[in-house]
Amino acid sequence: MATPMLRWCCPGRRWIFAGIGGGSRHGRGVPTGSTSSGKKGQSSVAQQPLITAQKPRKGEREWAAVVGLEIHAQIASNSKLFSGSQVDFAAPPNSLVSFFDASLPGTLPVLNRRCVEAAVMTGLALDCHINRKSLFDRKHYFYADLPAGYQITQQRLPIAVNGSLAYSVCVGKRWSQMVTRTVGVKQIQLEQDSGKSLHDNLRSQTLIDLNRAGVGLLEVVLEPDMSCGEEAAAAVRELQLILQALGTSQANMAEGQLRVDANISVHHPGEPLGVRTEVKNLNSARFLAKAIDYEIQRQISELENGGKILNETRSFDYKLGCTVPMRDKEGKQDYRFMPEPNLPPLLLYDSGSLPTGADPQQVIDIDQLRERLPELPRVTREKLVRQYGMLPEHSFALLNEVGLLEFFQNVIKETRAEPKKVTSWVLNTFLGFLKQQNLAVSESPVTPSALAELLDLLDRKAISSSAAKQVFEELWRSKGKTPAQMVAEKKLELMQDAEALEQLCRSMLEAHPQVVTDVKKGNPRAINKLIGLVRRATLGRADPTVIKEVLERQLSS
Amino acid sequence: MWARAVWLGLRASAGGRRGFPSKAAHQGSRRVTAELIEHLERLALVDFGSQEAVARLEKAIAFADRLRAVDTDGVEPMESVLEDRCLYLRSDNVVEGNCAEELLQNSHRVVEEYFVAPPGNISWPKLDEKEPFSHR
Repeated sequence: MATPMLRWCCPGRRWIFAGIGGGSRHGRGVPTGSTSSGKKGQSSVAQQPLITAQKPRKGEREWAAVVGLEIHAQIASNSKLFSGSQVDFAAPPNSLVSFFDASLPGTLPVLNRRCVEAAVMTGLALDCHINRKSLFDRKHYFYADLPAGYQITQQRLPIAVNGSLAYSVCVGKRWSQMVTRTVGVKQIQLEQDSGKSLHDNLRSQTLIDLNRAGVGLLEVVLEPDMSCGEEAAAAVRELQLILQALGTSQANMAEGQLRVDANISVHHPGEPLGVRTEVKNLNSARFLAKAIDYEIQRQISELENGGKILNETRSFDYKLGCTVPMRDKEGKQDYRFMPEPNLPPLLLYDSGSLPTGADPQQVIDIDQLRERLPELPRVTREKLVRQYGMLPEHSFALLNEVGLLEFFQNVIKETRAEPKKVTSWVLNTFLGFLKQQNLAVSESPVTPSALAELLDLLDRKAISSSAAKQVFEELWRSKGKTPAQMVAEKKLELMQDAEALEQLCRSMLEAHPQVVTDVKKGNPRAINKLIGLVRRATLGRADPTVIKEVLERQLSS
Repeated sequence: MWARAVWLGLRASAGGRRGFPSKAAHQGSRRVTAELIEHLERLALVDFGSQEAVARLEKAIAFADRLRAVDTDGVEPMESVLEDRCLYLRSDNVVEGNCAEELLQNSHRVVEEYFVAPPGNISWPKLDEKEPFSHR
């Protein structure tokens, strides 16, 4: 089958994607084998689709993709949303389960104040309208890890609506071309998490652990304003940073604290929206964009081959690198939403409407929470750019690694070197070493003080740039010595005696008349030989740029 | 017995159903189709084992339909009898849990400290696969 030219534009990016590999993998032949139906646990790397940029051919119609996201973030709280059992990632099975979580008769939900505050803070950070009154509902479906047979959520009237999330994507090949996009936040709602199922296919049974059942979740629904995997991934990343800055969720995808479902459809620009599919099981930051792009490409392939898109739920198979339909015998789900009869409406107040004489523990003041909001990542980045004159992409890089910003600020505090120098050393040298050995900032053998001291030596011109790199490498490998000690030991200090250097250069020029002639003839590279000779004569203790300057001066006189 | 439970349930929830569109409420006739029965049975895991059960269901719907005689224009629906109550907010402290042994005693089968459930979801035979009893 001829591979059609599949063209799909990410608006503003002007990228055209050519058809991926084989029409054999797309079209009707989508694998429907059973996949890992657990919510986490993905292993090997998926195949990289071949993407090339090409100009649109005449007569071919463009495709536009529409991506909406439903993001579930586990609230960082001590206890669960409606019960007093503990929230913890790793604990013996079923040890963090109360009678309510196990859905034993006679138990009732009691709302956790911290979870409400977390929802309000997140809503404020995303510029949402906070509903002064919100309601709880029951969403019914049967699954072994949902003991009650329903999930308490907020379907009719959620706690926050109509916000927006700004994120940045890079257009073009380099990080430096970044643009800001916005995606609408449809709503934020509080809901319960379900327990965990471990499928034992060998013995044909499922093992249930209810430790996670009842943990508070924030569901953030993003409007279908995104058009490709990269935008979706960038939006999720920014939301992650915001949640972490607020402290409302640790939002760690690897630990299941942040889960993403995507709603994807394609259509020709100007025509109505296409049928959408829901892709679940997107629990890895690495594969989020790939999975979404795969599904977009699959839909385009299917439609260009004359097929139809089914409104179905699909799952991303990390091993195969493609989306597969989930077993869905019942067709469209009917959740039979009903009001949660055991919970009155949730009422929130602001400074203007606080009831007098009310118990402060029992009322939530939105204005008070707004005042106490921590600094958002966007603001932190703007400050960095303003204060230190760094490029926007540097501010992104600093916030992108846990602990890196703090490290940077500690170095700045202790060093007299210029901020631009510090930025460069932290983002290039320091981060480079970390990445090479796959270490977190907290595991770094080099402390901010050590780097600050090193940069001071460099700033004072006590050592050369290459010597500094040597010392840094040495600091990384062995602890216990300060940069100054290392410099002294290895005799890396720059020559401070200008007169001695002049002498050395002059004698070198006299000793190599041939090279001098070469330079005078106009060969620019010849001088490097002289520089090298002088450097060796000084045992590497002279700055090459200074040597060059001296030589050039002497040659021209 | 299940059918009776459903009937009682329908009576109780008739008042609160207004906010949610439901197929039954919008059906003009009192007939309950075989498809709807199958749908309800799968959703609620009840068993309309006999024709009498279906007849009782239809009578219950007719009974609830009498609510339509009331003019509710401009009246806000009541979501809960608790709507005037204060929603109590609990402090975020750990006060429960650590009773795995007790909870696991409720389970028919247990493996180490896990509850054991059948694989996948609760399956349901299709309409034509079931033992037929004649719907009207």
